[in-house]
Amino acid sequence: MTSKIKRGVSLYSFQEEMFLGKMTLDDVVGFAASIGAPGIEILPEQNMPTFPNITDQQIGEWQDRLARHGAHFTCYDMFLDTKLRKGEVMSDEEQVASIVRDLKLCNRLGIKNMRILIFVRPDILEQCVPYAEQYDVHMGVEVHAPWYLDHAWILRTIEVADRLKTKHLGILPDMGIFMKHYPPAFRGRFERQGARPEVAQFIVDSHEQKIMCEYTIYEVAVKMGGNKAEVAMAETLRHAPFANPKRIADFAPYFRHIQAKFYEMTPDCTDPSIAYDEVIPQLVKAGWEGTLSSEYEGNRWIQDVEDVDSREQVRRQHVMFEKLIAKAEAEVEPA
Amino acid sequence: MFDKFLIDATSLRNIGPDEAPTGFAFEAKLGYYRGLGLSMIEELNVSIDGEAVAREAVTFDEGEGPITLDAMETAYDRRWPFGTPATIAVAHPGGFPEGEHRLGFQQKLRISYLPFPSFNNDEKVVSL
Repeated sequence: MTSKIKRGVSLYSFQEEMFLGKMTLDDVVGFAASIGAPGIEILPEQNMPTFPNITDQQIGEWQDRLARHGAHFTCYDMFLDTKLRKGEVMSDEEQVASIVRDLKLCNRLGIKNMRILIFVRPDILEQCVPYAEQYDVHMGVEVHAPWYLDHAWILRTIEVADRLKTKHLGILPDMGIFMKHYPPAFRGRFERQGARPEVAQFIVDSHEQKIMCEYTIYEVAVKMGGNKAEVAMAETLRHAPFANPKRIADFAPYFRHIQAKFYEMTPDCTDPSIAYDEVIPQLVKAGWEGTLSSEYEGNRWIQDVEDVDSREQVRRQHVMFEKLIAKAEAEVEPA
Repeated sequence: MFDKFLIDATSLRNIGPDEAPTGFAFEAKLGYYRGLGLSMIEELNVSIDGEAVAREAVTFDEGEGPITLDAMETAYDRRWPFGTPATIAVAHPGGFPEGEHRLGFQQKLRISYLPFPSFNNDEKVVSL
């Protein structure tokens, strides 16, 4: 069968190469298409230097670029600068206006999904729903670690979406919420910064056992006399949850796009920390139709010792996706 | 997230008359994964061999003209785009000191979704 799950990349994945001028927008779009991941998630504030002033000509250039490579837009990552003015938080009216500005640009670009930062208040989004409907853009609140699908803050957005019976407000999970094992890339960086191997192992073991992070932080900081790198490593546990992938089915009607976060892929194309082998079967079982959009965030953990190769990392993730999706579909639909 | 890449060490030069430089300048990037409005850049701290230069001595120019850090606080319609060098100029009579010195550059950013300020730090040994 042809999979309902589509594949793509977030341009966030190539931030290292683009920051350093080693890859152009043409390069990243072309690369994504070349590995069978033609769905492009864009961060206008990263990839459109004149943001928020975008001309029709610039939009035309983007459409040409996508067409040239056989790619298409999937999602627009918005930001909301509530602290634009020093010592003052933006008024509610200004927040709505900023989001409406993004919805309009989304619509002009022909993008149907917008990633909403998780800190945006549900009542602000409620005020934006009529505009989201008008411009036909789904606002998906990013479910980002340390939050998770069932978290009370996320449930507030779901409540608003249900009450308004709208198809234009929901969620947008970031797969970092399914961190089953502590990322080796994190550990390596902290060890290079001075974490002792035995303390690092203690932290990794604690995460493996899902001991509440505050216990581990106390052990490391107080009882083990942890140094700066060790305490910092223990504190990463606060943002390293493993949520239950089985809950995906309950929330699938509320999302149309996924940020497929990852920190590293091994040469044999497996992810040593995020539990995609449990997540993908749940998505397939739920009959979910949307895009798995690679979000490589490993660059900052290795750039101190090696050149980052985002292309190879993203390529490996898509090899894994292809394999896991095919396997899950074969199991759901017996021949 | 891009700390080691902030200062372009090859861009360091003196400014003002050759015989009596009034300061020095270099190109730098914003250490963040998107562009940011100038009003959210709270500090651009420059130091030489660990000694901070005065805030008033620093100006910034992303291409729209030099601006002081105080004026940046209300520059709501200017942005420092992602991956794009801007000129950091420092008033420093005599120019950059002769010989090898550690040039430090720190950015303090106000990121709306973070409860705390974000700091980016780079330091490079440079000479003219």
